[in-house]
Formats: sequence, structure tokens, C-alpha cells
Amino acid sequence: MANQPVDRAKRRFLIAATSAVGGVAVAAMAVPFVSSMLPSARARAAGAAVEVDISKIEPGAMITVEWRGKPVWIVNLTESMSQTLSGQEDKLTDPNLDVTSQQPDYCKNATRSIRPNLMVMEGICTHLGCSPSPKLQPNGDMGDDWKGGFFCPCHGSKFDLAGRVFKGSPAPTNLVVPPHHYLSDAILLVGEHSKEAV
Amino acid sequence: MKNKVEKCMAGVLTWVDQRFPLTANIKAHLTEYYAPKNFNFWYFFGSLALLVLVLQIVTGIFLTMHYKPDAALAFGSVEYIMRDVSWGWLIRYMHSTGASMFFVVVYLHMFRGLIYGSYRAPRELIWLFGVGIFLVLMGEAFFGYLLPWGQMSYWGAQVIINLFTSIPFIGPDVSEWLRGDYVVSDATLNRFFAFHVIALPLVLLGLVVAHLIALHEVGSNNPDGIEIKAYKDPKTHIPLDGIPFHPYYTVKDIVGVTVFLMVFSAIIFFAPEMSGYFLEANNFIPADPLQTPAHIAPVWYFTPYYSILRAVPPIFNSQFPGVAAMGLSVMIFALLPWLDRSPVKSIRYRGSLYKKWLALFVVSFIVLGYLGTKPSNVWGVFDASTWIVGGADRATIVARIFTLTYFLFFILMPWYTKKDKTKPVPERVTA
Repeated sequence: MANQPVDRAKRRFLIAATSAVGGVAVAAMAVPFVSSMLPSARARAAGAAVEVDISKIEPGAMITVEWRGKPVWIVNLTESMSQTLSGQEDKLTDPNLDVTSQQPDYCKNATRSIRPNLMVMEGICTHLGCSPSPKLQPNGDMGDDWKGGFFCPCHGSKFDLAGRVFKGSPAPTNLVVPPHHYLSDAILLVGEHSKEAV
Repeated sequence: MKNKVEKCMAGVLTWVDQRFPLTANIKAHLTEYYAPKNFNFWYFFGSLALLVLVLQIVTGIFLTMHYKPDAALAFGSVEYIMRDVSWGWLIRYMHSTGASMFFVVVYLHMFRGLIYGSYRAPRELIWLFGVGIFLVLMGEAFFGYLLPWGQMSYWGAQVIINLFTSIPFIGPDVSEWLRGDYVVSDATLNRFFAFHVIALPLVLLGLVVAHLIALHEVGSNNPDGIEIKAYKDPKTHIPLDGIPFHPYYTVKDIVGVTVFLMVFSAIIFFAPEMSGYFLEANNFIPADPLQTPAHIAPVWYFTPYYSILRAVPPIFNSQFPGVAAMGLSVMIFALLPWLDRSPVKSIRYRGSLYKKWLALFVVSFIVLGYLGTKPSNVWGVFDASTWIVGGADRATIVARIFTLTYFLFFILMPWYTKKDKTKPVPERVTA
């Protein structure tokens, strides 16, 4: 035994095989650890849709509800607010809603909404996730060209009342319109597409 | 009697040395580690960084005894530490001030490396371990800042994690994985606590040990940027310009420690929040996921990179170029050993070209740092009729210019260090 010459090819094979099997084991063991950091079952369950009573939102007013921990804005536009949604398309980054990930197909229309006067959108800036401040009224501290919309205090992104981003903002895309549909005249469900829409 | 005690101690030491190289290690790293005799003011900051590291670890351990990493309890537990725990306010202020002072000391330590060429061969690995320490330190600061669960903690973390969202293709999944939820939440707080108190400190300690082992292998650089090992005593093989680290530099460093602790105490006792630069006012409001504070700025030590992030405009509807530029502005330090082509190491023997670029870099770093603490409209907008920049924020344009000079300092370094007229370098260290 002791006098046998060293079989280097066999050694190389054994080292390679051991390393490969060990590598696979390490990779396999990484799966549970990496997965443990994903949203847990509880966090996923908390992401369920929320019902909102919209009958009490006055024209011109806005309410904020929480869905998946994110603020979702519901704005009831007045007649004059609705009129600001057309006429400044040349100032918008994406007036034609070409970035389709930002709203469901049923909101790919002139007002980005199911009901033309009722805006539903996530109040999370598409730049870096701050929550913009509502500046619903024209002019005011936003300057004379301001027709109403949202202003992100973090890096100065500006959006119109339909959540469309103005050119020159750090935010690259329009605000996200979450999946939603109306259960009745007065009840809105945020977080789910309607069965017919899918 | 005295003799007996001494004999006994010597016996114990021999017993230990036969089982563990205690004396050998003390010699190798302290009493017979020969450092150049011409260290100056700039050489205080390595030992001070070690001191702050120890302070952070000790105060951190005591804070974890009272802190609760739970979104419902975290803010209250920090207030509890500040108000009800005996001396809790002192321990917490030591920790929060220590975080800022860590960066002060490390930035000065890095600047020392920059001006005396301490990153040059054969010290490239010391420098790379150092860059690793710097990165881990930034991670520590970021993870730690979420723990008080104030408004700035919350929205700062939200912004930084969202940076990952802009990575093409995998971005959104990566940021969800980092958060462990769809927004920054209890899950995020809990894991950041784990990173802050155990994962990163372990990596940090490992890197610090590697940094010191590499340093003691090749020996310290010095303000002349020459190798003291070139001239050794023929008999003892001790560098002629070297002196034992202990007692000479341990004593010198104690002076540095004393002055540092005076400054450190003054901050803790008189200005622990440093007018919002060390602890931001909005962080005294509990985290509210539904409302962003009116002005979000990172703590001062991150502001130069934050300015670079803001300065780069989105390209093709993507935020990624800004994020990439910010990442690069930190990582580019790692390339210094290979960018510098000068025949000399120390600024003492460099020409005016290098000095001008270095000055420009320092100015860029400071201006970007200042702008990062302010909203981008701090200097108003250019008049609409202004050539090219009409209507743009003045501060954004300034930040863009200095972002450019920040990067040019590195990118053009191979060229200007080679072209620069250097002075002759002495054979032996000067006073």
C-alpha cells in the first residue's frame, strides 16, 4: 500500500468532486436562509385588499387609506380640478401613459381612473419612495403656474392631480394606480382587480 | 519580597508563553514593531478610530440591554433609555456622537492616506481592507439609524432601500427581499437590528484585524513617503529611522486620545444633537408610514454621496444612473493604488498639478457635503433667460459641476500624476 505511487489524477478528481458536492450543499443551505428574509406569510396576508367608504369624501377633498402599509390617496375632484387634467400635456413626462406598469389597463384613460372624478393612487413617489404632499389648490406656495397636484418634499418631484409626473422632476414615472374596483356606489375596494377586468 | 513576586510573575509568563505566543505577539506588534520616527499630527487618527470602535461596541452592548427591536416598542424604548435608565442618556449620546466622530476620524485617516500616498505599493491591501472597513462602517451607520424608529429613521431607510429598486430587472424583488415586507416595517427593523448588532460588527472586527496584520507585515508609511526598511542597522536589522511603537507612539497617541476625548465630551455634554447634524430633529417624531417629513436629508457623513445621487438626472426614465454614480463615488477609492502613477508618494515631493487637483477634490467633497444637507432649491433657480441652465435649480447645477470634478480627480489621476513635476525624494526621513 505505502509504496504505491501517488495517483494525482485520482486526487484531482476527489478534490473536484468534494468541492462540487460541498458547493451544492452550501448553495442548497443558502435557500432557506435567503428565503427567510422574504415577506413572511403574515406580511403577505396583511397585504389583503381594503374596503373604503367613499360616500363621505366632499368634492375637492382627499382621504388617505393604508394598503400594504402604503398610503393610498382617494381624491374627489371638483369640476374645476378636473379641467386641469387637460391642457398641460406638453409639460408631462408621460402624458399618454406609455409606462403601462404604473396603472392597470382599466385606468389607462384621460383621467387615469375608473370614475372620472375619483382619483385612486398610491401616495408613494416613484423616485425614492417618499410620500408627496398634496398641493391640491392652484398657485399658493407652489408658484403661479401651479394648477394643483402633488409635490414631493424629498427631491422636488411634481405631479398633477392624476398623479402624472411633470418634466424636470427626479421621479421617472407617474404615480402608481393600485388595483381597485367599486363594490357599490359608495364602497371602493383597494388592492384587487374586479373579476370582470381580469 | 519584591524579588519573590517578580520571580512568580516571570514564572507565570513563561508558563503562558510555552502555551500561547504572548510575549512574541507583544514584541511583534508593540515593543519591537518599528514605526518611522517622523509621524506627525495626521497619524493620530488610526489609533483614534480604534478607540471609537471600542467605544461603539461597549456603548452598543449596554444599549441592547434596554432597546427593543420592535416597531411598536422601539421608539418608546429609546425614550425610556433617555429618561428612565440610569445614565442611559449618556450611553446613548456616546453611541450617537460616536457614530459621527467615527466618520470624522475615518475621513481624516483616509485623507492622511491620500496626501502621503499610504495606499501605494506595497500597501495596496492595507488600503483595500480600509475601503472594506469604510463600506461596512457606512452599512453600520445606515442600519443603526433605523433603530430609533423616528421619522428620519423610517424615511431614510425607505429612500435608501428604494435605491435598489432602480437596479434593472431584479431591483424591485431585491428591495422587497431586503425589507421583508412591501414597505419598511417591523420585519425590516428586526433584521436591521440583527445586521447592526452582530453581522456587520463581526465583519468589521475581521477587517480591522486584517488591516493591522497587513500594516504590520509591510510597515507604516510616513510623511516623506519613503521606506524606512531600506536603511537598517547592519547588526540589529532594526530600521535606522524606526522607533518601537511602544512606548514611543503609545505615549504620543495618548496625547491624541486626551484631546479627542475633550472634543468628544464637549459634544456629548453641550451639543449632542449638533443642531440636527448628528441627530436630526425629525427623528424625535415616531415613524409614520403615511407621512413624509417636509425635508429629508441623510446624516452629514453621507451627504456628499447623496448630493451625487441627486445631481445625476434620470436617463431613459430610469433612476439607475444616479444610483450607480453614488455607488461608484464610494467604490472608486479602492482603485487609488492603481490610478496614481507618480514616482513619489508624499505630497511633500509632488508638484503643483497634483496639489491643485487634490484641492479641487477637497472643495468638491465639502461643497457636495454641504448641498446634501439642503433641499435642492436652497439657492433658488436660474433666471429663465439664462443660457442653457435657465429655469434649473442653482444648487443642482453646482452639484453637477462638483460631481464632475469629484470624479475627474480619480479619472484623470493616471495622467496628471505622471505629468506632474516632482521634487527629489530624500534617502532618509526628514524631521
